[in-house]
Amino acid sequence: MIECINLRKVYESGDTATVALDNVSFKIEDGEYVAIMGPSGSGKSTLMHLLGALDTPTSGKYLLDTVDISTMTDDQLADIRKDKIGFVFQAFNLLPRATVLRNVMLPLMYSEVPKEEREKIARKALANVGMEETRFYHHSNQISGGQMQRVAIARALVANPSLILADEPTGNLDTKTGEIVLSTFEELNKQGRTIVLITHEPDVAEHAHRIIHVRDGKILSDTHTARHPTHKKS
Amino acid sequence: MTTADLIEETYFSLTINKVRSGLTVLGIVIGIGSVIAMIAIGQGAQNSIQSSIQSIGSNLVLVMPGAARGAGVQVSSGRGSSQTLTQADADAIGKSVTGIKAVAPEVSKRYQITSRGKNTNTQVIGTVPTYMDVRNVQIDSGNFVTDSHVRSAAKVAVLGPTARDDLFGVDASPVGQTIRINRIEFKIVGVTKAKGGSGFSNQDDMVFVPLTTAQRYLSGDTYVSTISVEAQSQDLMASVQQQITSLILTRHKISDPQLADFNVLNQSDIVAAATSVTGIFTILLASIAAISLLVGGIGIMNMMLTTVTERTREIGLRKAIGGKSRDISIQFLAEAVMLTFSGGVLGVILGWLLTLAVSAFTGIATSISITSVLLAFGVSAGIGVVFGYYPARRASHLNPIEALRYE
Repeated sequence: MIECINLRKVYESGDTATVALDNVSFKIEDGEYVAIMGPSGSGKSTLMHLLGALDTPTSGKYLLDTVDISTMTDDQLADIRKDKIGFVFQAFNLLPRATVLRNVMLPLMYSEVPKEEREKIARKALANVGMEETRFYHHSNQISGGQMQRVAIARALVANPSLILADEPTGNLDTKTGEIVLSTFEELNKQGRTIVLITHEPDVAEHAHRIIHVRDGKILSDTHTARHPTHKKS
Repeated sequence: MTTADLIEETYFSLTINKVRSGLTVLGIVIGIGSVIAMIAIGQGAQNSIQSSIQSIGSNLVLVMPGAARGAGVQVSSGRGSSQTLTQADADAIGKSVTGIKAVAPEVSKRYQITSRGKNTNTQVIGTVPTYMDVRNVQIDSGNFVTDSHVRSAAKVAVLGPTARDDLFGVDASPVGQTIRINRIEFKIVGVTKAKGGSGFSNQDDMVFVPLTTAQRYLSGDTYVSTISVEAQSQDLMASVQQQITSLILTRHKISDPQLADFNVLNQSDIVAAATSVTGIFTILLASIAAISLLVGGIGIMNMMLTTVTERTREIGLRKAIGGKSRDISIQFLAEAVMLTFSGGVLGVILGWLLTLAVSAFTGIATSISITSVLLAFGVSAGIGVVFGYYPARRASHLNPIEALRYE
């Protein structure tokens, strides 16, 4: 469960201070599928960095699973990222000359999972995102973009995080492979994973169940989409 | 991150760019290899010079003609060039100096020697029977110069093994045959045993004749070129040297020791002087080699800095998935140390091969000490830490947000 209370982030460079986030408060329950939308410069990237425990707010509180991480040190934040957050990036960020399997096992090295178990967990995660076993030993730069992103999603899954944070996951993909990646997220959400999608494309945001619009560092709107379970019921 | 993981990650990263890693390691290989080789060759040369000096005898004090100029040991000053020592000086040393075992005067000069068409140019030493004891000469066949040969100025000669090989062929037995030294016929009465070893100054390429014979038929005067004195023990050498100096000063009527027309050399002084010369050369060679090691270390640092820049996104990713600054810095430090350490291992092998080659071509018996091998490993790993520290620090201090965005 995510709870943001009056999050504020100010970047200072020289004499000028830029307010990137201005008193943002919201809550995301476990198992939700949320899209954070906004044009560039809206503060959505800053929000993602805070949600992903890559940065700390200037003021305000960020509770992840009821733990306040807004005042943690760099090493404590690293532990939070390791245990609670799975990242999916626009540029995939796979190790190019490593095999698919090795890429997926990488986070388990930092969580000190015994070596024998790593491969088992990684294979399960890869199967979960629909990767065929024949590709497991391909180098990650020898597979297609859509496959790369699914490998990256598998990598985000292995440590069993509370939150999967996807930053423009379809930005480098064509519409068709983008759809496949988005349906992968949908599948994971059905399994009960909390997913936060950061995007500027309305088409992509539509796949989520809830859209938070951000503009000029403030929340513009917070609405349920047609796909929201409660929406269907009503 | 466990140690096994660290080693695996390091190996993986280094083998991605094998050519670059290999070339970088080469700098360390050459550095360590040359340090090892230079120290081994230096020590080998030192041992060879020492044993060469020891092979001329033990507890030797040498009296040579020629002026001592200033301080320090001048091994060859005026040797044979001036004529101030006589047989009488040698007799006086034998009579009045205490603590000596034997005195052997000699007169030596190079002559052309012929035998049945073959000829060679070698050192002819005119001496007395005690020379055998003083200079560690042993007889292989026949006899050495005897007292009666000396008394009668007999035209007899004893060959060194190298001279024998040159004049009569390898391992021939020339005893009873004749040779001509300076066109005078000599009968061969014996051959000495090889002293072996060192090509520094060949102790085997010599011909011995009685002292009186050499003075009468070859040099034509009564001077001697060296008086070798063997002290009874090493402790007595300084005292013997002192006594000889004052004795000959008195005999030659010289009041100021600075103006002495002879030198008295103590064998241990010669060894010490030679040792310090080769020691300085070893240090000189090793320091030049150490500079190449330093250059190799800078090469490592350069490569690691390039690697950190190239892998900025990877560093960002590793931080995003939970890698701490410490994990990142240890990983890059491990890469640098693995490079230099493998360079150290290969360098020791290269150094070993170099010393083998040097031994094979120059005959200097080289030896690689365990200490220098251990030192090489220590130094190479140390270089990895020193030159890997800054790049590793730079990697670990990258901001994950900026690192992930790095193009």
